[in-house]
Amino acid sequence: MITFEGVTKRYPDGTVALDDVSLECPTGKITVFVGTSGGGKTTALRTINRMVEPTGGRVLIDGRDVRDSRPAELRRGIGYVIQHAGLFPHRTIEDNIATVPYLLRWNKKKARETARELMERVGLDPGMAGRYPFQLSGGQQQRVGVARALAADPPVMLMDEPFSAVDPVVRGELQAEFLRLQAELHKTIVFVTHDIDEAIKLGDRIAVFRTGGKLVQVASPQELLSRPADDFVAGFIGHDRGIRRLSFIPAAEAPLTERDVLTAATPVATARAAGDWVLVVGEDRRPLGWAATGALPADGVLGEARLAPIGHTFTVGTDSVRAALDAAILSPSGRAVGVDGDGRLVGVADQHDLSAAITAAVNAAPEPADTEPADTEPAAVAEPADGLAPVDPVPVDGPEPGEPAPAEPASKDGVPD
Amino acid sequence: MNKLWNQVDLSWQWLTASGQWHGEESIPHRLFQHLLYSGAALLFAALIGLALGLLVGHTGRGGFLAVSVANIARAVPTIGLVLLIVTVKYSITPQVIALVALAVPPILVNTFEGVRGVDPETRDAARGMGMSEWGVLWHAELPMALPLILLGLRTSAIQVVATATIVAYPGFGGLGRYIVDGLARNDYQLVVGGTVLVVLLAVAVQLLFAALRRFAVSPGLRGSARSS
Ligand SMILES: Nc1ncnc2c1ncn2[C@@H]1O[C@H](COP(=O)(O)OP(=O)(O)OP(=O)(O)O)[C@@H](O)[C@H]1O
Ligand SMILES: [Mg+2]
Repeated sequence: MITFEGVTKRYPDGTVALDDVSLECPTGKITVFVGTSGGGKTTALRTINRMVEPTGGRVLIDGRDVRDSRPAELRRGIGYVIQHAGLFPHRTIEDNIATVPYLLRWNKKKARETARELMERVGLDPGMAGRYPFQLSGGQQQRVGVARALAADPPVMLMDEPFSAVDPVVRGELQAEFLRLQAELHKTIVFVTHDIDEAIKLGDRIAVFRTGGKLVQVASPQELLSRPADDFVAGFIGHDRGIRRLSFIPAAEAPLTERDVLTAATPVATARAAGDWVLVVGEDRRPLGWAATGALPADGVLGEARLAPIGHTFTVGTDSVRAALDAAILSPSGRAVGVDGDGRLVGVADQHDLSAAITAAVNAAPEPADTEPADTEPAAVAEPADGLAPVDPVPVDGPEPGEPAPAEPASKDGVPD
Repeated sequence: MNKLWNQVDLSWQWLTASGQWHGEESIPHRLFQHLLYSGAALLFAALIGLALGLLVGHTGRGGFLAVSVANIARAVPTIGLVLLIVTVKYSITPQVIALVALAVPPILVNTFEGVRGVDPETRDAARGMGMSEWGVLWHAELPMALPLILLGLRTSAIQVVATATIVAYPGFGGLGRYIVDGLARNDYQLVVGGTVLVVLLAVAVQLLFAALRRFAVSPGLRGSARSS
């Protein structure tokens, strides 16, 4: 756990980059810092590895003041990834990755073996080990940057806009792989971004910073979307935060029906009695396509008729209502097809079913704040308040609460890009 | 054409005459003197230029001052230096100091620029991963500045090798001896022969630095660094 206790940073020129920030970044979780440019995110991140020394307050890692360790030693135990990777151009990829192991005086063979293992881990061909950074694409360099930070297996990782310099497609891949990696490694990660979508996608907790180095709100993504602390946060999240919230409602909440679902062996005559569209499924219950009952051939079975493609399905259990709604909108019949993990039909829902489920879920939403100890969330419990008045976070005191385990209705995989 | 060929032929005869290869007056001995003075001057210049350049480049403090002083020193006409060397006859030390003064600025300026030119993000990453200040200098800044540093060293080395000819005037030998004597005696064979030797030495220095560059500069940097 990384703890900020009333951390303030005032530069000699008078700029206040951090203003009395108190915050906790739970062990094994991803805490994302978002906010306006110049809001102090980078500064806050860099106080953790002492690249910036606060002028007030203190930063603790697992209860230990970072100032108790010498900077170089402290940093060797903390992974560090920056925007343009900052690779050493004169070192090969494997030697770049092995930077910290070399500093820790591992033997060279072990260091390089580790480097190659990590290359595979982050999705790089180990055959590139002997290349130099200028021979890599931006996305590949960023992967090397992540591998380099992981090399000595530090428990804490600091990442400052690591994916912001690559194109959206590569960014999506990097984010997905990052989540997959984190699911295996359970590092305590502080991740800076100015992209609210990235924050919602990656963050277990999100800390919103505002110009002047003020921490405005700390909350889980769903809570941030449902209860922004003030107009600044609401404005920062954007007008489509309602739509984004759907990412956190599991599609399983929607009632699924088997209405107008017929097998491929069904005679056309039977199908004609159903609604406008019927969903045709195979023997194994895999959906084959939509058949328009008005355009069916004179006789034969459904499997011989021309079927309209399904578009995409949603997976019941992992996907969110957002994915289901998207599937419904794109479907020729206006209905979304829900399948299980093996691609077999679970049921069908139309847009009415989905919107009813959404209304029910939003109204019945358990207050997310209830699921976390109140004193870890000083800013979040404030009422969505009067305009611009910032909400001052209350410094944490008293014994550490246990690791908060926010209940997440939908898993991370269910969050669409 | 004939005349030119005559000259070449004469210098060849001069170079290959057996008397040139043995004893106090021989080419190897003079070459040795020349290399000794140039080498000593270059060594001191490299120590001063590298130390100051690295220090100033790394800390980022005093950069303007150092570069200004170096450039002013460069602007002092070489003729002044020549006069100084020619008039001082009692010891070789002032001569070498003059050569050092000539050689420091290119090394200092290039080292400084090389270190300062290191991508700040890379430097930040180096620090952020736990390198000490020495580590940052040694493992990041120095290797990345190396192409420019070698360029500075080469510029200085060639200047020093060429300028060291004039220590022959006050009587300290070296390859300049042939040129000075030749001019005094109107012996063109000697002048041309001496000049050819100095030019060959300069070419050798070029080759040495080209080899050094291949050997010492990381392939990861060769693509981007200026080479001429
Ligand atoms: N070395 C410094 N000296 C003076 N002011 C600084 C220094 N570094 C940062 N600042 C100021 O501190 C404030 C916070 O900067 P910081 O880099 O932490 O912002 P940020 O939230 O990371 O912004 P961005 O999204 O643009 O990266 C800014 O106003 C910045 O100008
Ligand atoms: Mg920043």
